[in-house]
Amino acid sequence: MQLPSHITLAVPKQAGLRMAKKLLDKKDIERMITRMTHQIIEKNKGTRSLCLVGIQRGGVHLARRLSARMKEIEKKDVPVGTLDIALYRDDINVRKEQPVVRRTELHCTVDNKKVILVDDVLFTGRSIRAAMDAIMDFGRPAAIQLAVLVDRGHRELPVKADFVGKNIPTSLKETVKVQFEEEGNEDRVVLE
Amino acid sequence: MSLKAKDLTGIKELDVEDIELILETAAGFKDVLGRDIKKVPALRGKTAVNLFYEPSTRTRTSFELAAKRLSTDVVNFSVSTSSVVKGESLRDTALTIQALGADLIIVRHPCSGAPHFLARYLDASVINAGDGTDEHPTQALLDLLTMREKRGAIKGLEVAIVGDILHSRVAKSNIYALSKLGAGVRLIGPPTLVPPFMEEVGATIFSDMDAGLEGADIIMMLRIQMERQGKGFFPTKEEYFKNWGLTARRLMRARKNAVVMHPGPMNRGVEIASDVADGQRSAILEQVTNGLAVRMAVLYLLSGVKQ
Amino acid sequence: MKVLIVNGVVIDPSQDVEGVCDILIEGGRIKEVRKRKSAKTLKNRKAESPIAAAPDSEIIDATGMFVLPGLVDMHVHLREPGFEYKETIKTGTTAAVRGGITSVCCMPNTNPVNDNSSVTEFIRKRAMQEGACSVFPVGAITKGQKGEELAEFTMMYEAGCVAFSDDGRPVMDSLMMRRALEYSRVLGVPVISHCEDLSLSAGGVMNEGLLSATLGLKGVPSQAEEVIVARDVALAELTGGRLHVAHVSTARSVEIIRAAKKRGIADITAETCPHYFSITEEAVRDYDTNAKVNPPLRRKQDVEAVREGLRDGTIDVIATDHAPHHADEKEREFDFAPSGISGFETSIGLSMKLVDDGVLSLAKLVGKMAFCPSKIVGLSKGTLKTGSEADVTIVDTKKEYEVDTGKFVSKGRNSPFGSWMLHARPAVTICKGRVHKWK
Repeated sequence: MQLPSHITLAVPKQAGLRMAKKLLDKKDIERMITRMTHQIIEKNKGTRSLCLVGIQRGGVHLARRLSARMKEIEKKDVPVGTLDIALYRDDINVRKEQPVVRRTELHCTVDNKKVILVDDVLFTGRSIRAAMDAIMDFGRPAAIQLAVLVDRGHRELPVKADFVGKNIPTSLKETVKVQFEEEGNEDRVVLE
Repeated sequence: MSLKAKDLTGIKELDVEDIELILETAAGFKDVLGRDIKKVPALRGKTAVNLFYEPSTRTRTSFELAAKRLSTDVVNFSVSTSSVVKGESLRDTALTIQALGADLIIVRHPCSGAPHFLARYLDASVINAGDGTDEHPTQALLDLLTMREKRGAIKGLEVAIVGDILHSRVAKSNIYALSKLGAGVRLIGPPTLVPPFMEEVGATIFSDMDAGLEGADIIMMLRIQMERQGKGFFPTKEEYFKNWGLTARRLMRARKNAVVMHPGPMNRGVEIASDVADGQRSAILEQVTNGLAVRMAVLYLLSGVKQ
Repeated sequence: MKVLIVNGVVIDPSQDVEGVCDILIEGGRIKEVRKRKSAKTLKNRKAESPIAAAPDSEIIDATGMFVLPGLVDMHVHLREPGFEYKETIKTGTTAAVRGGITSVCCMPNTNPVNDNSSVTEFIRKRAMQEGACSVFPVGAITKGQKGEELAEFTMMYEAGCVAFSDDGRPVMDSLMMRRALEYSRVLGVPVISHCEDLSLSAGGVMNEGLLSATLGLKGVPSQAEEVIVARDVALAELTGGRLHVAHVSTARSVEIIRAAKKRGIADITAETCPHYFSITEEAVRDYDTNAKVNPPLRRKQDVEAVREGLRDGTIDVIATDHAPHHADEKEREFDFAPSGISGFETSIGLSMKLVDDGVLSLAKLVGKMAFCPSKIVGLSKGTLKTGSEADVTIVDTKKEYEVDTGKFVSKGRNSPFGSWMLHARPAVTICKGRVHKWK
């Protein structure tokens, strides 16, 4: 029996299952990356002395895509590196297990460079604090700027992103997950 | 991620998952060792105590440096000058150290089983830096890391361990680790120094070194402790070198890209010829660097909150 | 003292008695043992007793339990004089009584060594004053147990020694052992041999094998025991002396003794301990010093052979080799901890498992734990014959219980059997004119 189109049945929530809601799809993300790339280039008046550093794990793919887009636009290579912050976290004494230690490969010296830290989601700001401490141990950057795909609010430290893909207000009970094609799933941002 | 137990008493007590976790984490720490600032704040505020009942500069220094690289506070408890000389029992010494706030206690002791004994009494994490003739787990782990770097997957490798297997805790830990990861183990040495029981763990025993080295991927030379000479284990060091010393000529029996390893310190001209020790195929110095990374990994992984 | 034990199943191999009987004890001796019909109620148990007991007799209801002659443990260490911090005659015998043991033979490795009549007298006096059960000292074979000069056998015998042994140590010098066996013929008492070749066992702390190599602990090969067992059997044949082999632990030792008994030339007896028929060297795997004992715990094949030796009569006696140590001494590095298991309070529980497993009948078990050891050392114990001293053990086999070393009566808590579930335990032990009861 076909229901008339103006009537929709409410889908009952199954007990225990969290409903994932897709907030942004592949096209949205592509447009955001393009806009952010332009913003970074504009603010820094070009790509000279820039160095992109993706925070493991979420920021790595984003950083690479930003670098690729910069090359398309400015025809210049901007070095991209990865930064693992496990050893700089402030919650080592309260976690049940040690965070996994991953690779850190900067591919550029940090001294006198403008380091653009890249992460997928900005939340409490503690990861960024850890990332800044880590970068400082590598040298003395001329400046550190922050680019994130999603800012979900709830800052616990005075950290602000310079370049934001989208502001998404959330409640503390929710989680924002960014999935990239490089890891197998289609590009999207999901709210759980 | 964490290890399953709160202590590292031996390879016997680790499963393959634990071993892989330590090796992966150690690889991550090698990065840190390559930086200008070779220090991270990961274990800031933690205290590590080196409790060495046997003299050792290399291992103790390696642990001390590993702890410091992680921003841990380190205290060296050297037994000859301490209350142990006044007759304090091992248990009391350890409880005293724990009461002083140690989170990690690194123990080297002449009695097999001493770290296991301490692990039962202490809330702190106990790390075995060598107990009697039982085990030296961090040595085996750094050896595995070195083998993997040089020759890839451990599974299927043919590893020859040469020397005083009977008294070597380094050999034992390596035998257990290599067996767990699926490598072939050959034990080479005079019959007085290679216990036949080891065949039951899956190793092949050779007293003819040339035969034993045929096709080997890794050659691990053990230090001959000269004190053994007097007790009838072998007649002279010249005789030992002739039969079981690693020379360039003997090395040719092994695979073309075979790797030479030694836990140190070496007796040049007794178990290994100088030109081989310093030669291209030697990974002896890398072992030292890897030792630092492995020990950092162990300290890091054991420092999670205790249940 | 007047006691009537009613309705229990009496097992007395010395008289071939097995069945429901009542026992009357008067004046510290067994007055009467009479078969009866089992009764269902307590009133009837007393009323239908074939024995007319005095009206003020204490009635002990042994329904559902086994009434045995008091157990005789011919190999124990009471540690007094000299090592009272480990155990005293008082605490040791009290623990023995809790284990249903009413007579013990204590070894001479005290301080001073019991190698002369004054020490023997001291021990006997102490035991008479403070011992909860009867104590029969074993004198040393050599002065100071040094293995060099024979000790004064006849003077010690007159002071109360029932056998001679250097236990704790072997007599390494074969000529000395020969002389000891020859000399003991004067008295007709057994020489108890602790069989261990010290040059082979030197520095060893557990059985030699793959496990000792794995744990990095120095091993004692089984040959260290077998070599001396073979030697002592040969010397017994040479001299005609009475040899008793202590704590047999290996398969080959059992074979050697079996063959010697078959030849029938010498008077040879042998004993083993509950740990050698209950656990293997695996108990040491975690470096548990409670499992460190001399001779060491052996392999599965040895345990099987010891059990078979008990079954076919090669091994005559089950003794505990009760060896208490202070907790501080055991709570340390495996290499430095002293060897020994505190065995009084687990002996009957572990030995009953042999009956459960069909290795021995209950009568045979009682023979090995009471009658045989008594005969070997020339005592008239281990029996419920009329006229014997009233040493009785009433064992409850129906209640399961968990071994709690923390609750041991002995000062020595060193036992690898902590947390084991056993089901045989004395409910009543009668000796030295006293009735001891436990729930």
